[in-house]
Amino acid sequence: MFEDLRDLYQDVILDHGRQPRHGARLAAYDVTAEGDNPMCGDRVRVFARHDADGRIGAAGFEARGCAISIASADLMAETVTGHTDDEVRALAGRFRDMAMTGAVPEDDVAMARLAPLAGVHEYPSRVKCATLAWHALLAALDGKGESGRDR
Amino acid sequence: MNVTTRPTPGDPALLDSAAIRAEFPILGETVRGKPLVFLDSAASAMKPRAVIAAMTQTMETQYANVHRGLHWMSERTTEAYEGTRDAVARLINAPDRAEIVFTRNSTEAINLVAHSYGRGMLRPGQAVVISAMEHHSNIVPWQMLRDAHGIELRVAAITDAGELDLSALEALLADGRVGLVSITHMSNVLGSYTPAQRIAALAHAHGARVLFDGSQAVVHRRIDVQALDADFYAFTGHKLYGPTGIGVLWGRRELLEAMPPFLGGGDMISSVSYERSTWAAVPHKFEAGTPAIIEAIGLSAAVGFVERIGYAAIAAHEARLTDHALARLSAIEGVHVLGRAQDRGGVVSFTLDGAHAHDVATLLDRQGIAVRAGHHCAEPLMRRLGIDSTARASFGIYTTHAEIDTLAEALLRVREFFA
Repeated sequence: MFEDLRDLYQDVILDHGRQPRHGARLAAYDVTAEGDNPMCGDRVRVFARHDADGRIGAAGFEARGCAISIASADLMAETVTGHTDDEVRALAGRFRDMAMTGAVPEDDVAMARLAPLAGVHEYPSRVKCATLAWHALLAALDGKGESGRDR
Repeated sequence: MNVTTRPTPGDPALLDSAAIRAEFPILGETVRGKPLVFLDSAASAMKPRAVIAAMTQTMETQYANVHRGLHWMSERTTEAYEGTRDAVARLINAPDRAEIVFTRNSTEAINLVAHSYGRGMLRPGQAVVISAMEHHSNIVPWQMLRDAHGIELRVAAITDAGELDLSALEALLADGRVGLVSITHMSNVLGSYTPAQRIAALAHAHGARVLFDGSQAVVHRRIDVQALDADFYAFTGHKLYGPTGIGVLWGRRELLEAMPPFLGGGDMISSVSYERSTWAAVPHKFEAGTPAIIEAIGLSAAVGFVERIGYAAIAAHEARLTDHALARLSAIEGVHVLGRAQDRGGVVSFTLDGAHAHDVATLLDRQGIAVRAGHHCAEPLMRRLGIDSTARASFGIYTTHAEIDTLAEALLRVREFFA
């Protein structure tokens, strides 16, 4: 019945949407920001902690949203760990392009991991679900969200 | 057009569904290779041939600007445009055609009242009461009035069943400071009707005027503004099988006359000089600029269409559909229908365990079924209900029992997919 929907709801997405590994507020974080999608009311708050070398040591999120937005936030948290802020900004740009066009860049390990989300490009109203957490993370890195420690 | 109700022994109000559906060309379309099952009429309804033809005919045979030309085309178009005012006055039993003001939609109608009645006739320190199940269009204009004009905004609670709590409303009215009660006549999320007559009586007993947002209600049951004893009544054309871009504000003549204009410009003046201008009589005082002429003529056709079918038949048809939908959806394990108001119309919101409303909507869409999913422009209500979003199936005169069965069967497959 839903064979064609497997492009959108791949097992990775259903799995991470149901049981996110990073779907919690970090005990300690130095940046956070909230993103929301006013069209649907989905909300995500992302948290990140930088290590002494400036790389992201851990990322997490609290979200209320659809399977796509939760899975995307979870895969993002996994992907950005170990990267510098500038690298994360570049990843976000590549991810957005992939979500919009469906084209998975070659020899791009990070995007290969996020590729299950590329199927959203066929569902214009769902692209924002996939990019919501990334927007929130960029806002957090840019200092546009408040930062805190176990607020 | 030849749509009539089919007299059936014991069930005089049964609609001839096939004949009605044949009036809506779009219902013959397929979506993703499947027949369209359109269950999103509360967002906007499909358009019957009569409406499409009236608008096309206007543009093809009889079109010019209104209220200004001294030529044949303008005179005929003005007649047709003004004829809509008569049709709408008849539809809602307004005592005076001059009390029908055309707006873009319900939102603009409510903004008109918030501006012209709110700033023009309410004094700072007075209060406006809304309910906890309003559409954003009946929340935000009052917040803007509050912030600009020193008006207090009060919110009447709803019960857990999704009905207006009349004792809560009465308590909010008790201090006599409320100037206006502005409340939906039917919730776009829960489907609950509000007891408009009792609300109006309560408001009037405490010296307040009352506005009803009839965007949903006017689609499903006969509105009689005099019987309701309303002061203002707002609705939009596009949910009533008419075009977008045309809405209606009805207001008592003495109120409309006392209120200052909303927008300024052409068509709403009596005379203009650089020193001062004087306003046209109502309703034109509130209709600045070239109006939505073609859309108004389309609305007239929509009103005619609805009247030919008749509200008795429409209400009976939709009551049966709603009962059927409530029974079918409630029987599915994991589906939770929101609200259990005694008096409810053809709007059913629900959640499905283990699946977000958006995912539900996407999977239903794959089966050709159009529902709405999200917060339905009613975020405060969602918070009151303790949820983020719902899926919503809403019905029109063309909706069939079979379509509701299709929805129920499709939901079983959705549940399986996310299990």
